[in-house]
Amino acid sequence: MEDDRKNLPPEPPEDVNTSRRTFLRNLGVSTALASLLSSGAVLEERRARKAQAETLQHASQAQSAEIRGKSRITLNVNGAAHTLEVETRVTLLDALRDQLGFTGTKRVCDRGSCGACTVLLDGKPVYSCSMLAVDAQGRRIETVESLAQGEQLHPLQQAFIERDALMCGFCTPGFIMSLKALLDQVPRPTLEQAKQACAGNVCRCGTYNRIFEAAMEASRRMRSGG
Amino acid sequence: MPQQRTKRIKTTITVNGETQEVEIEVPDIEAAWGDPANMRWLGKRIPRVDGADKVTGRAKYTYDIQLPGMLYAKILRSPYPHARIRSIDASEAEKLPGVKAVITDLTREVNYVGEEVAAVAAVSEEIARDALKRIKVDYEPLPFVVDPETAREPSAPRVTQQGNVRGGNPQERGDVDSALSRSDVVVHEATYSVPPRSHCCLEPHGLVCQWQGDKLIAWASTQGIFSVRDELAGALGIPQGNVRVICEHMGGGFGSKFGAGVEGVLCARLAKMANAPVKLMLEREEEQLASGYGPGVTAKVKIAATRDGQLIAWDSETHGTGGLWGSASVPLPYIYPVANVRTRHFDISTNIGASAALRAPGHPQASFIMESAMDDLAHKLGIDPLEFRLKNDPNRVRQAEYRLGAERIGWQRRNRVAGEGRGTVRRGLGMASAVWGGGGGAGSRPTVRIAPDGSVEVRLGTQDLGTGTRTYVAAIVAEELGLDVKQVKALIGDTDYGYSGASGGSTTAASVAPAVKMAAMGAKERLLAAVSQRLQANPANIVLADGKVIARNGVERSLTWKQACALLGKEGIEVQGEWNPNLQGSGVAGCQFAEVEVDTETGKVRVVKIVAVQDCGLVINQLAVESQVYGGVIQGLAMALHEQRLYDEQTGRMLNPNLEEYKLPGSLDMPEIDVVLYDNPTGRVSGVGEPPVIPTAAAIGNAVFNAIGKRVHSLPITPAKVLEALGKV
Repeated sequence: MEDDRKNLPPEPPEDVNTSRRTFLRNLGVSTALASLLSSGAVLEERRARKAQAETLQHASQAQSAEIRGKSRITLNVNGAAHTLEVETRVTLLDALRDQLGFTGTKRVCDRGSCGACTVLLDGKPVYSCSMLAVDAQGRRIETVESLAQGEQLHPLQQAFIERDALMCGFCTPGFIMSLKALLDQVPRPTLEQAKQACAGNVCRCGTYNRIFEAAMEASRRMRSGG
Repeated sequence: MPQQRTKRIKTTITVNGETQEVEIEVPDIEAAWGDPANMRWLGKRIPRVDGADKVTGRAKYTYDIQLPGMLYAKILRSPYPHARIRSIDASEAEKLPGVKAVITDLTREVNYVGEEVAAVAAVSEEIARDALKRIKVDYEPLPFVVDPETAREPSAPRVTQQGNVRGGNPQERGDVDSALSRSDVVVHEATYSVPPRSHCCLEPHGLVCQWQGDKLIAWASTQGIFSVRDELAGALGIPQGNVRVICEHMGGGFGSKFGAGVEGVLCARLAKMANAPVKLMLEREEEQLASGYGPGVTAKVKIAATRDGQLIAWDSETHGTGGLWGSASVPLPYIYPVANVRTRHFDISTNIGASAALRAPGHPQASFIMESAMDDLAHKLGIDPLEFRLKNDPNRVRQAEYRLGAERIGWQRRNRVAGEGRGTVRRGLGMASAVWGGGGGAGSRPTVRIAPDGSVEVRLGTQDLGTGTRTYVAAIVAEELGLDVKQVKALIGDTDYGYSGASGGSTTAASVAPAVKMAAMGAKERLLAAVSQRLQANPANIVLADGKVIARNGVERSLTWKQACALLGKEGIEVQGEWNPNLQGSGVAGCQFAEVEVDTETGKVRVVKIVAVQDCGLVINQLAVESQVYGGVIQGLAMALHEQRLYDEQTGRMLNPNLEEYKLPGSLDMPEIDVVLYDNPTGRVSGVGEPPVIPTAAAIGNAVFNAIGKRVHSLPITPAKVLEALGKV
């Protein structure tokens, strides 16, 4: 058990389960598509299609290269460039949390079914558990930590507190990021659009109705300039 | 503090929903909350004090703790529902670079799929996962059974030496058989069932453990920091004082997070072996498989009433499984008094792992069984279901709540005869009731400190599950001292603070709030004594309000809070409080009304609206209490239409240990929810975490019945079951 992380031997064959990397290659594409398609209904369809094409292209490039060991990558998170070394199988979620300390982004299901890990990628909500960190290079990544300016909270954050749209708070960053993406694109959403925007987020404590209220309240405030 | 007078009182304590009567010694001090109308904070809408931390991502949960040199641990789990372990060979795992510790001495026999077999700690999660794959376990599979119905058969494999069936002693009062055979009664007979359900805590069970010499610091996602401390100390054979447990924020427990668990002890052992801090958080599949579940139950019921609608007899036989030794018992008959009762309950042993308390253990199940039977009987009698409750429920609070709820939902719009509506999509209304203890108990030892610089803090080793504990701890002190909530720092979630019990059974508010109030009252008394000379006033004539210390003694003199505190001397004020039974109440009542739409072509049920009327004694924070009710209703809706753990009888595996096949409702499934806090002027604080989850599923089931005129006898009410009830499949 020597401490040697730099020169890892090849991994043993992953015979029992589908490897995480293969799984993500296959699933990541479809999840990204699903996420884009659902928001595409609300957002501009053309932009969504273009992004889909890029995602597909990106995924096929990642699939073509057999990557072992660690890669040195640079991620653009919340407006700053971060260079880090990751094993190529590390997800964007784990890189953000474990290596860069952005622990506001939560790991809950780790397979694209709960939305707790939602971050914005070039302004669009994605599940960061279903994307490899190496695939996020060159993209603009926004986490929940980017919303407040010092002690000045984003109107969504303010509304979440005032309406008590959170209890345990573990799903909260994911909901906030999904709704931020909505309000950035659709400043005056209908209640139905607010519900649609967080249809990919799960809350177990049961705060949904207050989250909808908070979203509508934040929209009103953002339009009235504060 | 001067020697306090004490008295002995009888009170009830509730642990995991089990209420028992105990006699305890308490301080004999007159204390009252006073009238909320005259208060600045209590009874108002107080935004949670840790809200900003949670919405910005600054809040550190156990999962978020990062320590220098921290290792990651993973657990190898049994793929077999029952097996003997012949041998474990971890040599290949130990050779993997980056692996720092391996444990293989856990057990020689496993009893469910997911039981812990071995564990490793490594420099990364990925390497820890790789290491698990290199551990070779030689299993000898043994006979097993996962379905309680199969397990009851004489031919089923015996999963314990005592056999598979426990209990079954009849509990009787009155004369059930005579009552059932009377000529003037109507009897309804049916079988109702509720499946086992998962807690689905979004933050999984887990810990971060760090040793400092022979002392252990453990960050834990828990409902009871002191119960985790005691379990760790016991398992590791070290004094309780050598273990410190911290839980600043936690991502949901719902009854499943009282102890350290196997994973907790493993985490501490691995950290010791590796001489490095270790993080062990369960992965989602492990969380769903191995952290417990609320047991399912099946009830064969006979219920009888006289023709004019007076309940007269109840006869039920229930069975369920809580794993090898757990209990699936339910309180029946529920809520409505019945003179002649016979109940028999059997617990069935199976290889599905141990159950755990799940928000109001046994009560939502009992509610679905009882309230479905009540409605079916009312239908048979030709009596309005609400009228039937009004006639049979002596509780005065609920009598008022029924009328309030009926008005809010528009009960007169219901189908007079169930299923009489026309068209493809049918509407229906239903209702059901709730009861809970909600009282507290002695033990909490909060300390209020006022420093000479005017800063105020309150420390207590309780924990905030998201219920708002931290907020009311601060607000109670702020109220007493005439300060803004923001001026009081509430420090909780650390066993270095004074003792407080685990948060379960809706006991926290009624246990913590009175003790904090007493500590704050004590601090206020000391402060008034300290400033009375300067203000030339008797303490009785000095009030604390709006951040000022004001003497009303003919002429009004006042000091700012800072000026007053500067008079305290270097040591400031430090006062410990104890629980006072005069400040807590118990016995909370509620009822809920549901409106649904049922698509008779697809079988899909859409909940349109829920009216939840809930009493909880004196409300400390209205905003937080409403949130508890919303949460209860939404979890109840999930129980009604979505949730069930599924097992494969052939392999013994759970089929949906994840969040995509274990269905939870999402934003698009939400109905309108009308939360009505019933103003019950008890003047005493009770808990409200559990009662609002109890009646929702039953109310929805009854609304479906009212819509289509057919009963779906088992939860969840899926489209397939609706179509089957309609005779369409």
